[in-house]
Amino acid sequence: MAYYQEREERMSRDEMRALQSARLVEQVARAYQRVAPYRKKMQEKGVEPGDIRGIEDLRKLPFLTKYDLRDEYPYGYLAVPLADCVRIQSTSGTTGKRVVAFYTQADIDLWEDCCARAIVAAGGTRDDVVHVSYGYGLFTGGPGLNGGSHRLGSLTLPMSSGNTERQIQFMTDLGSTILCCTPSYAAFLAEAIHDAGLIDKIRLKAGIFGAEAWSEEMRRDIERNLRIKAYDIYGLTETSGPGVGFECEEQTGMHVCEDHFYPEIIDPDTLEVLPEGSRGELVFTSLSKQAFPLLRYRTRDVCALSSKACSCGRTLIKMAKPRGRTDDMLIIRGVNVFPSQIETVLINEGYPANYRIIVDRVNHTDTFEVEVEMTEEMFSDEVRGIEQKEKTLLAAMRAMLGIQPKITLVAPRSIARSEGKAVRVIDKRKI
Amino acid sequence: MILDQVSVFVENKPGALADVTARLAEASVDFKAFTVADTAEFGVLRFIADAPKKALALLKLGGWVASLTPVVAVKMSNEPGSLARILKVLSDQGIQVEYTYAFVAQEKGRAYVVFRVADPAGAATLLEASGFETLKSITD
Repeated sequence: MAYYQEREERMSRDEMRALQSARLVEQVARAYQRVAPYRKKMQEKGVEPGDIRGIEDLRKLPFLTKYDLRDEYPYGYLAVPLADCVRIQSTSGTTGKRVVAFYTQADIDLWEDCCARAIVAAGGTRDDVVHVSYGYGLFTGGPGLNGGSHRLGSLTLPMSSGNTERQIQFMTDLGSTILCCTPSYAAFLAEAIHDAGLIDKIRLKAGIFGAEAWSEEMRRDIERNLRIKAYDIYGLTETSGPGVGFECEEQTGMHVCEDHFYPEIIDPDTLEVLPEGSRGELVFTSLSKQAFPLLRYRTRDVCALSSKACSCGRTLIKMAKPRGRTDDMLIIRGVNVFPSQIETVLINEGYPANYRIIVDRVNHTDTFEVEVEMTEEMFSDEVRGIEQKEKTLLAAMRAMLGIQPKITLVAPRSIARSEGKAVRVIDKRKI
Repeated sequence: MILDQVSVFVENKPGALADVTARLAEASVDFKAFTVADTAEFGVLRFIADAPKKALALLKLGGWVASLTPVVAVKMSNEPGSLARILKVLSDQGIQVEYTYAFVAQEKGRAYVVFRVADPAGAATLLEASGFETLKSITD
């Protein structure tokens, strides 16, 4: 059994609690002192840094939401001088909805450590060839796994996504052994490899797949088609990126790097902390991050935690695969999409804000369709005229979402008007 | 002279075209000619009827998206070469035809061809000057 950071990954629960407590006390003091919005939130709740003496006092702190971060875009939650920062990463979305996360070198180091833990848990060593087909850029997937692989000393292939032919060529020519990408891209690649008749030339043994929801059935499919073991990985830009949670060979949930990211499960309505094993909203506190520390950040992901002993020997608590959200965010092909963004585009482009989003998964790839009602303004007796306007709308959607839907024009007033809660989203994916 | 063509957005689903035509039939709108432009995702029904303004009002009332489009309808003899002669007049003047469709007239040996061009009045004048007869209403 191999571990990347055995001490942290196999600490006794008591040691872990002591480490978390010490880090939390320090983190809260620093946040209070350096981040005005945290100070204000804590003062409003009547909490002072002195009240936080250990991890058990965490529940005294106020929660933090995506809206808080957006309100203070971009520097409001920065806890170090900008000169100490070496990188940003960002969530997808519009300027107004974007979250920009800052990293010091130490923040990058700990993030990459977490990714290296994930790679080792998936059987990776410095002898492996890690093929990273997550997107690179503001998206954390590529940079995260790339960094983790570097730290481990594996040969890193910074492939980024797309260009399937080249992906397969490098995979065969350079003997990639670990594939990192979204599960839907893995499924797609598997199909392309089979179509090209190259499955026997592939040397993959494992895959680390995350950034979107996937079912156990899809896992087995990918494992069978690529002849690998497929591991789940979890993370979000706000905390750092992938590697916050990762699977070991037991494949029964993701070990949370709780020495850096402390998880809680809360009831999204009452905001009460729920006992271990209950399903609820996942909340993270970053215990050691310097530039962009999060205190009780509500992820909106729904899952449960378990500290039951794991056969891999890690003592890190495990989180179940998130199922569902406590907000209306959709994750489509790894990209976060809020229905309100689509509404904004429609209104900006002069369309009625009456639309329907239909998401499905066909051959393991998400399909994304937006039904828009035809209007007098958009209509023309010439097909070309309509298609031109459709193209403009598509471009605006793409600019807003970072992903392009298929637009289906439907008859006016054919989408049911809201009677109470409007049904804007039809998600047919069985995950 | 130019005519009003009615254009209607038709959703790409079974029954959509039937619904539009049923509505028009109820009001006794008499189609003289029609064509459907289809794409993978939607269609546009275009037609010439005896009372285009009435047809438009009916459709809008019924919740359809529709509009009137001025087009040129040219009378031609129902024999080889007629269409080519008309098109030559247009092409000699660099007039681009967006779309066209034809229908047979009540009058024996006659047909009409409908053109959608950027400047229908100009095209009509040009064709008349070249000796062609254009329709000013469908009851001609």
